[in-house]
Amino acid sequence: MKYLATFLVMFVVYLFLAGFTLDEVILGSIVSAALTLILVKFVDFRIDWKFPWKLVKFVFVYLPLFIWKLIVANFDVARRVLTPKIPLNPGIVKVKTNLKGDFGKLTLANSITLTPGTLSIDVEDDYIYVHTVDVKGQNEEENRKNISEPFEKVLGGIFK
Amino acid sequence: MTIASYVFLIIGGLFFLLGGLGVLRMPDTFNRIQAGTKATTLGAFSTLIGVGLGNLDWAFKIVLIIVFIVISNPIGSSAIAKATYKSKQIPDNLVQDELANRGDAK
Repeated sequence: MKYLATFLVMFVVYLFLAGFTLDEVILGSIVSAALTLILVKFVDFRIDWKFPWKLVKFVFVYLPLFIWKLIVANFDVARRVLTPKIPLNPGIVKVKTNLKGDFGKLTLANSITLTPGTLSIDVEDDYIYVHTVDVKGQNEEENRKNISEPFEKVLGGIFK
Repeated sequence: MTIASYVFLIIGGLFFLLGGLGVLRMPDTFNRIQAGTKATTLGAFSTLIGVGLGNLDWAFKIVLIIVFIVISNPIGSSAIAKATYKSKQIPDNLVQDELANRGDAK
């Protein structure tokens, strides 16, 4: 099972990079099989039967929100950079997360980094330390609302 | 298609320019990282989409490159930010610093 999962990941990445022709499928399966034998000790891919459903949710629910936030973030940066006196009120705040899995936390932290005015510095247990350009909230709860709430909602449905 | 490709390339270039300007103009490390990360991520997106539209054979490769960029770019900037904090290069314009309350922040 573990072998199969590793093999599938290698194979899909190979095909994406090489293109979908018969030659590449044959060579790709040989290369992926060899890589699987070497790498299976170091990686931990498991087959998750809910994965296709999660992927669909990820692509159609999370990605639009993420791309929208990224574009907003860029205009925010543009506005700050082009203002003669840069408007800043920076600080490091602590944000609590309910996501349990490592991958969920990683995605949340990455999303925070790419949203307007925030940069995650460190993740520790259930807390993400975030540098914000403009500190608005007075306490933890308000910061949470401003920074991670929209992503938490969406990612909570995908990663638990 | 060619026109769309050029439009995306130009938008990407503009975002890179803004990112560079941000890195120059921002007063401290953390804000520089912020400007740099966001602008380069969207700039890379846009440039790559432009390239992909210009040559549709590369579409799958472009998707894969975008996935890698969107995973590695924020991780890199977080790592730099963390290293900045750990090496005590903390800017004095912070209005609030909750990392300082943490035990091992010394």
